[in-house]
Amino acid sequence: MKKALSMACLSAALLLPLTGCGNSSSGGNGEVIVYNWGEYLDPETLELFEEETGIKVIYDEFETNEIMYPKVETGATEYDVICPSDYMIQKLIENDLLAELNFDNIPNAKANIGSQYWDQSKEFDPENKYSVPYCWGTVGILYNKTMVDGSIDSWEVLWDEKYADSILMQDSVRDAFMVSLKLNGHSMNSTDADELEAAKNSLIEQKPLVQAYVVDQVRDKMIGNEAAIGVIYSGEAIYTQRENPDLEYVIPKEGTNVWIDSWVITRNAPNKENAEKFIDFMCRPEIALKNFEYITYSTPNDAARALIEEEDIRNSSIAFPDLSQYSGLETFRYLGEDADQMYNNLWKEVKSQ
Amino acid sequence: MIKTTAQKIYVGLIFLFLYAPILTLILLSFNASRTRAKWGGFSLKWYAALFQNREIIQALWNTLFIAFVASLAATVIGTVACIAINGMGRRKRAVVMGITNIPMLDAEIVTGISLMLLFISLGLKFGLGTILLSHITFCIPYVVLSVMPRMKQTDASVYEAALDLGASPVLAFFKVVFPDILPGVLSGCLMAFTMSLDDFIITHFTKGAGVDTLSTKIYTEVKKGIKPEMYALSTIIFVIVLLLLFLVNKSPREKSDAAIK
Amino acid sequence: MKNNKITGRLLSAPYLLWETVFILIPLGMVFYFGLTDRTGAFTLENVLAMMSAEHAKALWLSIGLSLASTLICFLLAYPLSMILAHMNVNQHSFIVLIFILPMWMNFLLRTLAWQTLLEKNGVINHILEFLHMPSLNIINTPAAIILGMVYNFLPFMVLPVYNSLVKIDPNVVNAARDLGANELQTFIKITFPLTLPGVISGITMVFVPALTTFVISKLLGGSKILLIGNVIEEEFTQAGNWHLGSGLSIVLMIFIIFNMVISAIFDKNGEGNML
Repeated sequence: MKKALSMACLSAALLLPLTGCGNSSSGGNGEVIVYNWGEYLDPETLELFEEETGIKVIYDEFETNEIMYPKVETGATEYDVICPSDYMIQKLIENDLLAELNFDNIPNAKANIGSQYWDQSKEFDPENKYSVPYCWGTVGILYNKTMVDGSIDSWEVLWDEKYADSILMQDSVRDAFMVSLKLNGHSMNSTDADELEAAKNSLIEQKPLVQAYVVDQVRDKMIGNEAAIGVIYSGEAIYTQRENPDLEYVIPKEGTNVWIDSWVITRNAPNKENAEKFIDFMCRPEIALKNFEYITYSTPNDAARALIEEEDIRNSSIAFPDLSQYSGLETFRYLGEDADQMYNNLWKEVKSQ
Repeated sequence: MIKTTAQKIYVGLIFLFLYAPILTLILLSFNASRTRAKWGGFSLKWYAALFQNREIIQALWNTLFIAFVASLAATVIGTVACIAINGMGRRKRAVVMGITNIPMLDAEIVTGISLMLLFISLGLKFGLGTILLSHITFCIPYVVLSVMPRMKQTDASVYEAALDLGASPVLAFFKVVFPDILPGVLSGCLMAFTMSLDDFIITHFTKGAGVDTLSTKIYTEVKKGIKPEMYALSTIIFVIVLLLLFLVNKSPREKSDAAIK
Repeated sequence: MKNNKITGRLLSAPYLLWETVFILIPLGMVFYFGLTDRTGAFTLENVLAMMSAEHAKALWLSIGLSLASTLICFLLAYPLSMILAHMNVNQHSFIVLIFILPMWMNFLLRTLAWQTLLEKNGVINHILEFLHMPSLNIINTPAAIILGMVYNFLPFMVLPVYNSLVKIDPNVVNAARDLGANELQTFIKITFPLTLPGVISGITMVFVPALTTFVISKLLGGSKILLIGNVIEEEFTQAGNWHLGSGLSIVLMIFIIFNMVISAIFDKNGEGNML
């Protein structure tokens, strides 16, 4: 025992100097603290950025918008660049947590990103002052052709008892309510108490059929044939199809969420200039392409899309759907503190059933 | 005979239960497929990839650095605390010991939250520093727990005799008391090291941007699917500790036994 | 003598300061947030929120699952400790380390490994299928969470019980036998009472983390099963309502304090029985 202890301490002592080395490798041009979704860019692009600019990237990841917000709000960690979704950007703007961007420092943004995405951004950033679109997509149903009868075109399938214990639902409040609000024919930005109550009841009714509430784990579980049907972001569809050709992605006929995740800079960003350099770097066509190929989420970067070699991906109806063909498409809006609270409480009721 | 066989089977089953997940992780580290859901054949590529993966290596260093500094600091503070507590009156001692045990007996989630609230209201920036402070705090009780019983066994008169013979209190402590409590100090240190290494919940609430320990890194990765390099790393760590264990057990029994008693 | 007192003060001062800053003040802050609302006014609303249907349900479920796993841990650990204690006394340190060893493999990874084992197409079901046995479908159910709790916290029960068994003087047991007690009587009258402090210590070491976990339920319960730990964690990290989160924590602490009092009664020397 004694020996084990001294050995453990000794080995720890030997490791210590090495640790010191690991920490002191910061670059010469300061740093930039990036807060992004999990696995939402190609790590190589970070290295390229560091090599080129000498700016050290401190990289942190979040799972949902709801987890990101309190961290930014308390300011206990000073993030420079964040990549929230539409309605969260609106919430950040309304609560005065974002800095206006100086687009002179981000020339690649206006040059490469398609105009329709700037228009779409106006829903949450009316003057395009705060955000630069990074990825966009839809939310839909991913299903396994070998486990499902026929083809699927409606959210209703998520309430079909045939697929009990084979359904994966999204584990974030707005996405889950989006599905049931759309199913009941309501707007996914509803703040009507009755509509939300009905949506809650639908979710409670669905719960016994749900195998698990997950966010990004849908991907692994669908690849591994653990479930037949999952609610998923369109960006994951191409990746999962590559790994498991039996999978198919569909946008339900009742309509769905068309979302944009955009780069923003926090109001108190300690390294605002570096942050703008970072966003500009991410908007370069070849970098955006690298990221697209790694994460397979649709890029609003038209210049990057033109560089995609495979024809069927460049014109993929999953990655780059013609939105005019679908009805009932909406983008999330921030609904205010009270509505947030209402959604949270109802969601808790669902989860505690 | 039947009884001992039954006993052996029982112990075997429990060990299977304890080690089955570990075996699974080791197997996954040799899985050529990227997702945990498919077996893609035997491969050593994740071991090679591990050393290229800057984030995981950084998280490993962070984890070891935090565990090392926190356990060392907790050992020093905890040992000094034991001396101080030992010299206290009965009632005061009970109160101080009660408070000491709070981080150990309290729910980790409450400890984590309370420290998070403290750091936020102090305006501290979340990072390595806040993690270290939290880890030292929850490691101290484990040190006190293992040093205190030994401290009680030491004979106060020997220490006083040393003082009478002209030794300074510090010298007397290191010459007389310290050797006696050393086994307790060391096992407390190891306990603290292990606890710090394995902690997730408290780190989860007190970590800042870009400072990940293996635990928080894994928690982030769980959602997108664990990178197989992580399995490779865990396997390496496990094998190293296992080897150490066997090495110790091969050494003369009496010595290691004496250290326990 | 006076000198002694000053050294005593000097020695205890830093530690008392540490305790105050990092244990007492943080706990005080939990109480402050738990008993105030967003405007800073005193309220009991956050504490009473525990009685609302969804919170009460999560609490009862947590209590139920943690009691079940504590009981299972005890039932598994006691015979195991007795067997181990009788095996070979020289291997004391080896046995302790064998139970600590899994802790060097990360807690989250170990729990996640159970997901791989238990899944519908997981390892266990493949083996069962191979043996032509019915498949096991407990992933994402309370049973999987209990399994995860037992798995993670079993060492906390084994170690104190084992330690208290090893400490029993064999002469006491022999004396009982000499006086005519049979094996069962010896166990009930002598062995078990002597190990009670270890058992109590084990129970508290298992019950508290099981009651308050949010990770195990998340990984093995598929987020379908909301435990009180999950509610509190989400209040802090997602809903951003520290007041409600703190209020619920206060209720949770009542259970923990109850637990601490019990363990304090049985552990009069303040020694602990962990190692």
